[in-house]
Amino acid sequence: MSTTTPYVSTTNACKLCTPLGACMAFKGIEGAVPFLHGSQGCATYMRRYIISHFREPVDIASSALGEKHAVYGGGPNLKKGILNVMQKYGAKLVGVATTCLTETIGDDVPMIVEEFRKEFGDLDLPEIVSVSTPSFAGTHMEGFHAAVRAVAEQLAGESVPHHGGLNLFPGMVSPADTRHLRDICDDHGLAACILPDVSETLDGPALLDYERIPSGGTPLADIKAMPGAAASIEFGHSLPGRRTAGTFLKKTHGVPCFQLPLPIGLRGSDAFFAALGEISGKEPHPRHERDRGRLVDAFVDGHKYIFGKRAVVYGEEDLVAGLVEFLSEIGVHVVLAATGSEKTGLPSSIRKTCDELGLKMPEVREGADFHEIAELAEQLEPDLVVGHSKGYRSARKWNVPLVRVGFPIHDRFGGQRLRILGYQGAQELFDRIVNAVLEKNQSDSPVGYGYL
Amino acid sequence: MTTSIFEERKDQIHRTGQGPFELACNRDSLAGAVSQRACVFCGSRVVLYPIADALHLVHGPIGCAAYTWDIRGALSSGPELHRLSFSTDLREKDVIFGGEPKLTAALDELIDRHQPKAAFVYSTCIVGLIGDDLKAVCKSMSEKKGIPVLPVQSEGFKGNKREGYLAACKAMFELVGTKDDPEIPPVSVNIFGDFNLAGEIWIIREYLERMGVSVIANVTGDGRVDDIRRCHGAALNLVQCSGATLDLAKMMEEKYGIPYLRVSYLGVEDMAQALYDVADHFADKDPDIVARTGALVREELANLLPELKKLRADLEGKRAAIYVGGAFKAFSLIKAFRHLGMRVCIVGSQTGTREDYEELAAITDPGTIIVDDANPLELSAFIKEKDVDVFVGGVKERPIAFKLGVGFCDHNHERKIALEGFVGMLNFAREIHASAMSPVWRFVPRRAKALCNAPKEAGA
Repeated sequence: MSTTTPYVSTTNACKLCTPLGACMAFKGIEGAVPFLHGSQGCATYMRRYIISHFREPVDIASSALGEKHAVYGGGPNLKKGILNVMQKYGAKLVGVATTCLTETIGDDVPMIVEEFRKEFGDLDLPEIVSVSTPSFAGTHMEGFHAAVRAVAEQLAGESVPHHGGLNLFPGMVSPADTRHLRDICDDHGLAACILPDVSETLDGPALLDYERIPSGGTPLADIKAMPGAAASIEFGHSLPGRRTAGTFLKKTHGVPCFQLPLPIGLRGSDAFFAALGEISGKEPHPRHERDRGRLVDAFVDGHKYIFGKRAVVYGEEDLVAGLVEFLSEIGVHVVLAATGSEKTGLPSSIRKTCDELGLKMPEVREGADFHEIAELAEQLEPDLVVGHSKGYRSARKWNVPLVRVGFPIHDRFGGQRLRILGYQGAQELFDRIVNAVLEKNQSDSPVGYGYL
Repeated sequence: MTTSIFEERKDQIHRTGQGPFELACNRDSLAGAVSQRACVFCGSRVVLYPIADALHLVHGPIGCAAYTWDIRGALSSGPELHRLSFSTDLREKDVIFGGEPKLTAALDELIDRHQPKAAFVYSTCIVGLIGDDLKAVCKSMSEKKGIPVLPVQSEGFKGNKREGYLAACKAMFELVGTKDDPEIPPVSVNIFGDFNLAGEIWIIREYLERMGVSVIANVTGDGRVDDIRRCHGAALNLVQCSGATLDLAKMMEEKYGIPYLRVSYLGVEDMAQALYDVADHFADKDPDIVARTGALVREELANLLPELKKLRADLEGKRAAIYVGGAFKAFSLIKAFRHLGMRVCIVGSQTGTREDYEELAAITDPGTIIVDDANPLELSAFIKEKDVDVFVGGVKERPIAFKLGVGFCDHNHERKIALEGFVGMLNFAREIHASAMSPVWRFVPRRAKALCNAPKEAGA
């Protein structure tokens, strides 16, 4: 069962800092430039980290504070920076996220932004959304959700006429998954405002001209129209009980809000399709039923290869919860589920999964780092590791396959094109898991079987 | 849309041969300009990082440690403690009540667990603000554990990478001279400013050993604490890299009277020159060293030049752009491109000095764009203007080049291919060739000819 970590220090963190999550969220909005109010290094480090996964230009502006700003306040640099981003990038939205530096010196960002609006009111100003993301509180997921909520609060405060569309807050999912979600919504006849939508902005085509801000992203007009939607759906086990974009729209504008787990695996996808059916009043397109049927058929075809394989799963809380649910469906025995986040309700959501399927509860750790994951896993003898690239060194040491899922994927190609959501995503993930096991069997075998 | 050049940055861009040389540099980055630079902490971290038997503890919130976990391909021939990412992971209550107790406990725990030869403790932005007494904690922990525990004053906001280099050098200087080694031979050097990316320091050590020169300390690639402690016994410091370790060499010259030579191991001429300079320095102690070195260079070139010639046949006349962290790499790269018959049209760095840029203006062709502390908007505009074929840079520049359909050579922390030494020149040429000659460029928008593949009816 979940316990707190026995160490004071952190070794090989299984989390990133809050502002990175905010940048990821802002990256999925039309014409947006993420802007970190802090020292230059934060923006540069995060750019590097994100670029290595997506292999796309990722511009994150910075107020580039120096020592004197730390003493006298970063307001002037923040204003100058916003002005530069607006004039040079032609930003339609500047997403200002704070850092530990500016939170600690106590810069009042909303007030500085208000001053900026007054000082430059004669210019054609972009939308400016600010979010408080001190890196000493929470993880990148908190930063991500906070930024999404801030966008909703600061841009969708005013009532608009009903339009029957859908607000979809998918969480931090891949561009390919985002595209798939849009197709599914389209097939239900639902015009979806997906926030954020990184499907183009972090996975764009080769171009003749360098786009200062990549095309795509959630249109600002759609964001402002969110109060008129028929419903909101937001993904994440950890969201119930928290203040989110969906709960804001519900409370302020009465938009019904469906909080669902990430649709990973059969039952998670079923729940998502059921919600879409309820909102749209339509049956899904028959192709999804066929996808579902093929998925169940694959489960049957592949079940013997993976039954009882012991898996270690780690990563972001909502992703881990979804993966545990999926792995449990297909007969993989999760022995450890770990996340770097804290107080996310992960143990109780895994307990629920285990109860539903009559399974034994795995070790669950919140606030974990890779030192702790490795220490636990040594005794648990995993056959399989499921998570992002940062677990590679452990997987290599134990000589077991790593099935890469989530963010970051720094040691493989195409992380931005991985799909895990919906029936099709489950199919792709299932194939990868089975093949990882087969490949291991084949390479361990002295025979060199030609069929398995 | 407006021009890509920020008004405030106009004087940080110069075109060779167009007007008198005036280029502003060493400035704070412009807010909102998306500089490619990092921060003080980054500078310290990259310099000290490769010391493989030291504990590197980042005192701050989790990000700074998370983003620098195993970030450099700095290889070690032994311990690999540097490849772990340690953090005090400061939280809100630590910020309010001070992070010293957590730092003390973390050091206690980690030193017991890993038994390092020394520990470096890096301060981050926040530590400078909440006023933790890093020095005092390190001092008492050093006494308790009996190993050097060294504070690195690397608060991110205190400047750019350069200040970080200096903070790292100051921390290392605390180690230098704390251990005497009477066995050090008279013909001996320390290698400064090489980080053993892709095993490069081993290539250089091998050349030096063939010349009869002993290498005492690697600072810091494949580095060891005890070597740094005794490195004041070496006769000469070889300093590569514009800024990273020059401060340490100067401190050692002042305190121990050890001279230093500035060298570069990139490219044919600079590599050969570095070895000849070392040989000349020791000629009075070892009369045969100059002849041995000449023979070594000739042997290496005999293997290298015919290979380069083959590659040059394809690359002749192609255009290159260079954007690097420190300017020293830029000089060597310009020469290296000349060997391949290529023209450098853009050259820039994050932290070049006025002297660096003056020299670049002197050695580049007319019309070459020289830029300090550039950003994606400028780089993309320059790439298009000069219609370059290959861009040499780091991780953050790569997607800019690729998006525009331009080849790329990774010359950064993460490189897996050794680019130093004579063998490195060949690797470099092969990498440039592999990228520039790929057929994929035919399909990118900037090169796509209207390949007329209209379907034809059979027999038409």
